[in-house]
This record gives sequence, structure tokens and C-alpha cells, in this order.
Amino acid sequence: MSPSLFSPEGLAGVIFLILIGVTLTGAVIATCTKRLIRSVTGLAICFVGVAGLYYFLNSPFVAMMELLIYVGAVCVTIAFAIMLAEPNEARVARKISPLSGSLATICGGAMAYALGYAAVNGQWMAPAIKINDGSVKEMGMSLLTTYSMVFEVVSIVLLLAIIGALVLAKAGRDKQC
Amino acid sequence: MDELIRILSYFVGIAAFLGLNLAYLGWVERKGAGHIQRRNGPKEVGPYGLLQPLADGLKLMSKQLIVPDNADRILYMAAPVLCMVASVILFVAIPWGENLVPREFDFGLLMIFSVASAAGLSILMGGWASGNKYSLIAGTRAVSQSVAYEVPMLITAITIVMISGSMNLNEIVRQQAGGFWHWNFLAFNKSIFMPISFLVFFTCSMAETNRAPFDLGEAESELVAGYITEYGGMGFGLFMMAEYANLMIGCSLTTILFLGGWQCPFGIFPGPHWFLIKMYFLIWCFVWIRWTYPRTTLWGLLNLSWKYLIPFSLVNLLVTALFIKVF
Repeated sequence: MSPSLFSPEGLAGVIFLILIGVTLTGAVIATCTKRLIRSVTGLAICFVGVAGLYYFLNSPFVAMMELLIYVGAVCVTIAFAIMLAEPNEARVARKISPLSGSLATICGGAMAYALGYAAVNGQWMAPAIKINDGSVKEMGMSLLTTYSMVFEVVSIVLLLAIIGALVLAKAGRDKQC
Repeated sequence: MDELIRILSYFVGIAAFLGLNLAYLGWVERKGAGHIQRRNGPKEVGPYGLLQPLADGLKLMSKQLIVPDNADRILYMAAPVLCMVASVILFVAIPWGENLVPREFDFGLLMIFSVASAAGLSILMGGWASGNKYSLIAGTRAVSQSVAYEVPMLITAITIVMISGSMNLNEIVRQQAGGFWHWNFLAFNKSIFMPISFLVFFTCSMAETNRAPFDLGEAESELVAGYITEYGGMGFGLFMMAEYANLMIGCSLTTILFLGGWQCPFGIFPGPHWFLIKMYFLIWCFVWIRWTYPRTTLWGLLNLSWKYLIPFSLVNLLVTALFIKVF
């Protein structure tokens, strides 16, 4: 049975398909363009689609984090790196080994098969258990109680990253500023 | 069906409100600039120049869209649209009144910050795609600035979240009910630094919207017109409108977090009118500051953020945590 297009389920299905389309389009743009900056744009589109999927699946917090971290920070950082390195990239013809095409096909096919196999045969959690888990409040509660160890370890990693960035920045700078 | 009508009416309402404001904030700014510089500002089109925005709009729309030779065509066309879209989406979460909110998110504050962070990417794209060195430099400047100021802004917002125990913007406003001494910027029982914290947030929102004295992204005496150098016609118009939309968002957010949103200062007749009064007052402050202070240097700008605002907001975070624990 398929719900009619203008019932809530039907509209939800259409939105789901649109989000998947956005994600796939972004991914294809990211891999197929020659210009690096367009790849970054494709990546951003892909992330927006993924964020939409998370929101659709009732995990608004993860969706917002996807936007804030991946689109707002990761993509901007990559774009920065590209601009600082080669704003007008010279089109260098890279040497492509004849093997790479077939190897890529084999690897991609294997991964697609594995993921498909896992998705079809895996044990999925019953949806009723996870129904309210995506809300910000629940997330905060479990981060500070059940998963507090993980939370602390992650903050130590971040602290180390900050200190490392400071050390690197200090080394490459002269006294005057 | 009710839900559909609600969505449609909010859609039309926000579009109309936004269109009116984006047109007339430009007029307010030009008029204000004129009077601050002892000129008249626009005065020829209509009484007090009130029809000037319409004339501007017609002019921008009738212009030919010219894509420069060096530009990356697709990105060049897409950047202003993306910039505008990111700004307009934010209006979904703004609570104008107790029941006048398009959608009450539990994570409204987070939603505003995360969608706003995507606007930086479109500025960067616009700057790069123009194929012009001035635009490129301006784009990187604008984004490094907004990244630098996002940090103290977020930390200050987190102190507010700690005080209210909620990211729901409606809830944050509801807790400031009853008179201006309950508003967050005077909440001395939560942290003694609250008024300064309000100023930090205000400064950060000024820097985030790339307004003078922090308008290094479009410093016209150094970089022609920054990342909008190569844009003409409606591309330019969209970037300008996005700037005003961001201005409104920044002022609304300051109003919600620190000035009690729709609450009345004397606790008698709360409503959306108080929200609008506070928001427009803050917008006027932005205009006032823009035409009063000279532009900062890039070093001064980044030093202000990293050496003063961020340490202060971290200290404020700790003090707030202490106050919550002790009292």
C-alpha cells in the first residue's frame, strides 16, 4: 500500500526523497568537479542534505551540529586552506595510473555490497525504544551521566588540539605582532 | 488544515515584514548617516525621501546582470542567493510575542547559531567566485572575522543558557518576566558581570554582521567594496538585503537574550510592540555607531576578540557557574 501524495505520510515521503536527492547531488558534485572550491561547495550541499535527514529522523540536535560543525566550520576551513594555498589553481594534468579506474570500481562495489548486506541482514533496533532520544535535554542528561567518561575524554582531546594549535602558531611567528 | 493555514500566514507575514524592513532600514541608515554628517540624506523622492527604497529597488532590478570574465559563473550567481536564504531561514525561530512565533523550537538558540554559521561560506564563495583579488581578500577577511567573533558570542550565549536552563527562546524570554530589573542584562544575582556580558554580545553581533567599525570585509577605502565589488544589480541588492536581515537577527537575539524580548519594562502590558521597540532601538544604535566611529584595523579587530572578549567571556562563564552553584 502506498499513501496518497497529499496525506502527511505521502508528503513526508516526498521530503525524504528530496533530502536524499540533495545529499546525493552534493556528493556527486563534490567528487566529479575539477575545481577544488566547487568540490567544497558540493560537500556543503551534501552536509545540508544529511542534516535534513537527521532532522527528518527526529534528531534535531545532531542535525544542528551537522550544520554548525560541518558546514559552518569544516567547509569554511577547507575553503580557507584552498584559498591560501592556490586561489587560481593551475590545471596540472596529474598522471593517472591505468589500474586506478578498475581498482576504484572494485573497492566501491565491495563497499556498496557490504553496506547493502549489513542494511538488509542486520538487526535493527526497534523504533519505540529510541523515540525521544534525539532531544537536546535527553542528550545533555546522558552526556553528563551515562557517557560522562566519553565526554571528558573528548574534552581532553580538544584541549590538546587547542594547545597544539597554539604551539604551532607560536613557532611560525616573529616577535612584532 | 489549520496547520497549513498557520504556516502559510506566517510565511506571507514574515516575507512582507522582512521586505518592508529590508527596504526601509536602508532608508533609515541613509537618513541617519545624512543627519550625523550634517546633510539631509535622501529627500527628493516622495516626502522625506520615503519612496527612495522603491526607486532603489526598481533601479537594481532593471539592471543587467553582468558576470565578469574571470568569474566562476555558477558560484558567482549562487553566492548572493545562498547568503539571503541563510538569513531568511533564521526568522522561523524568532519569537515576536508570547504566542507570535512561527515555530517554537526546543533548541532555538542552537538553530540560529548553526544556520547563521552557514552564511560565512556564502560570503567566502562570493569573494572567491568573483575572480578578483580584492574580493578574495575581503572574503577571507570577513570570514576570519566572523569565525573569531563567533567564539565569544557563543560562550556568552552559553551563560544565558546556563541561567535559563533552556535553549528555547520563548522560555528564555518567559523567565525575564516582570519589569526591567528581571531582564538578563541586570541579573546581578546570576553573575555580577551581566551588563558587561551584554556589551560583549552586542559588540560581537556588530562584528558578525560585518558592520562598521568592524566592516573590514568591505572596507571601501582599501578593497573597493570588498566581496561585493564585482556584483551589480540584484546580486548586490541581495547581499545588502542579507546584511540588513542579519542586522535584524542580531538585534532580535540581543533583545531576546538580554533585554527581555516581548516583556514590558514595567511589567504591565507585554506584547510584540515591546519587542519591536527594543529591536529598532538596537538597530538605531548600530546605525549610530557605524557613522560615528572610524574603522578598526585588522589587527585591532582580531586582538579585541582573542585577547579581550574571549578571556572575559570565559571568566564570565566560570563566575556564572559559581553563582549558580552557590546561590
